[in-house]
Amino acid sequence: MSHPKTIVEKIWDQHVVHEEEGKPNLLYIDLHLIHEVTSPQAFEGLRMAGRKVRRPDRTYATMDHNVPTIHRNVIKDEVSKKQMETLKANCEEFGVRLADINHPDQGIVHVIGPELGLTQPGKTIVCGDSHTSTHGAFGALAFGIGTSEVEHVLATQSLWQAPPKTLQVNVDGVLGTGVTAKDLILAIIGKYGVRFGTGHVIEYTGEAVRNLSMEERMTVCNMSIEAGARAGLISPDATTIDYMRGKRYVPEGEAFDEAAEQWLALASDEGAEYDQTLTIHADEIEPQVTWGTNPSQCVPVGGRVPDPESVEDDRDGIERAIEYMGLEANQSIESIPVEHVFIGSCTNSRLSDLRKAAEIVRGGRVHEGVRALVVPGSKSVKDAAEAEGLDTIFLTAGFEWRDAGCSMCLAMNDDIVPPGERCASTSNRNFEGRQGNGARTHLVSPEMAAAAALEGHFVDVRKYASTVGG
Amino acid sequence: MEPIKQHSGLVYPLDRSNVDTDQIIPKQFLKRIERQGFGQFLFYNWRFNEDGTLREDFSLNDPKYDGASVLVGGENFGCGSSREHAPWAIQDYGFKVVIAPSFADIFYNNCFKNGILPIQLPKPVVDQLMEKATKEKYEVKVDLEKQIIDDGDLEVSFDIQSYHKEMLLNGWDEIAVTLTYEDKIDQYEKQNKGVKTLGIS
Repeated sequence: MSHPKTIVEKIWDQHVVHEEEGKPNLLYIDLHLIHEVTSPQAFEGLRMAGRKVRRPDRTYATMDHNVPTIHRNVIKDEVSKKQMETLKANCEEFGVRLADINHPDQGIVHVIGPELGLTQPGKTIVCGDSHTSTHGAFGALAFGIGTSEVEHVLATQSLWQAPPKTLQVNVDGVLGTGVTAKDLILAIIGKYGVRFGTGHVIEYTGEAVRNLSMEERMTVCNMSIEAGARAGLISPDATTIDYMRGKRYVPEGEAFDEAAEQWLALASDEGAEYDQTLTIHADEIEPQVTWGTNPSQCVPVGGRVPDPESVEDDRDGIERAIEYMGLEANQSIESIPVEHVFIGSCTNSRLSDLRKAAEIVRGGRVHEGVRALVVPGSKSVKDAAEAEGLDTIFLTAGFEWRDAGCSMCLAMNDDIVPPGERCASTSNRNFEGRQGNGARTHLVSPEMAAAAALEGHFVDVRKYASTVGG
Repeated sequence: MEPIKQHSGLVYPLDRSNVDTDQIIPKQFLKRIERQGFGQFLFYNWRFNEDGTLREDFSLNDPKYDGASVLVGGENFGCGSSREHAPWAIQDYGFKVVIAPSFADIFYNNCFKNGILPIQLPKPVVDQLMEKATKEKYEVKVDLEKQIIDDGDLEVSFDIQSYHKEMLLNGWDEIAVTLTYEDKIDQYEKQNKGVKTLGIS
């Protein structure tokens, strides 16, 4: 019998097109997702060289980064407009399917892939976007690529890739009440830093991971890149199979059962070896808030901004982050006031995220002076949320209810946090200027963002114990 | 792609860790549909005040680094977004070589597609280069063929995968190279190895 294998080894072996000494492997790509920002130069490259898209049937495009989330068809920024028109023209010319701004399937690329069933276990999936790691939640090997690689995949449906090292992050125990998948991934990055995953694919394992829903698993895998790993994944199990059933691009009937059997067989074997293993105890994790300018700079909500004087490592970086964020050393997290709240992004904009935030918001009122936005991840999430009345809960409380897109996560459209102002955000990056030049971002879970919107500052969401479930 | 074999140039030290691609090229400049012209926006929010004047507190604005073509950075250089606009901006500004103790994977890969040589060196060595370049006008000669950095006093060798090295030395169009393996890709698709993955048609 062959040696026990990890899921990464299994998927890799199934996708090697060619190998030779002194070269990376030529790896086959099953699904290529495209959006308007990182593709125009790739299509232009094809055009200049007289090349075609090899497999338009394995390529799917949408518009998400630039799209307005209000007054949908009034795109004031001419350059944004041109970028979207360019995507449309390119998709028409090269025969690529496109969910454009008014299409019922439009949404953030990492929300619609799983929703449509394009994302499937065992697939190799790429996109010109670093948060492609999201799709790893299904046991797919999914990673972000640059525009030259987008062009390469369009032309050849393959990429030259060296086999990655594997890193197991084992989360044992059970997450406490009010502690979410977002807190789990922030706590992992907070503990091990923003580059422990470099050169590796992370596989999340353990009881706490098994207990997560597919949407929660997506939140965890989404932020693998913030730990430096290009990809993060979770072995398929019954939760995965249940989610896949009935999705549009997934086979039905007997074909589904056959596929499900193959998917389950991808799970890492008992005794498989990883290049590295880390263990985290779920029951020690508390709701997290970032205070700095990278996602590892986070503490439990009951904690304080660190004092640079008392740290050895990267003191300058910490000082600069505290200054940029307009905070003081030792300031308590709960004393930090917020002026903006953003619930959305490829990390936390799915139906379950909106439901959990709505449970906190129900019957409450957005604090005076706070502007709060809910931006569903896709048109379909928006419709489903409206069908169960979540929009009414948010609107009644004083939130804005928007159309789907990346929105304030990276502020390429008009959803911008002004200089010096502060935002509690369910997105994935608190980098300087990410949500607007001079904007100050604090990353939190949807529940924590909702609570901050009501109270005007960070609060421990566990005080809403009756609504956060057990 | 322009081949790169040897390069001599002035060093610019950027002594910060985790320089992310949002800092290298902020999002408001990602809307263009061309590959060229991003150099003017490099490190935009660090280089410019809101009124468009140069910030005095950012070292790249110091005239002593005018014409620098070798960038020395801190740990985890190029982390965050996969935007290739970051290496496009670095190259268009005039940098040919980026040296750091560690790089983010996607940024590192993107460099090779654009004729930029990223060199990973142990932190103490990078610190040494950083210190020299901070003190005085500091030039180095980088020889990719021999995998050596030389400043006339200090000589350091560096590692690079042979595939990446060949790409840069020859300035290859990677797609053209891959298309010589087209029969293998055809064969793979015919065999339909692996999990049966339906197309999306």
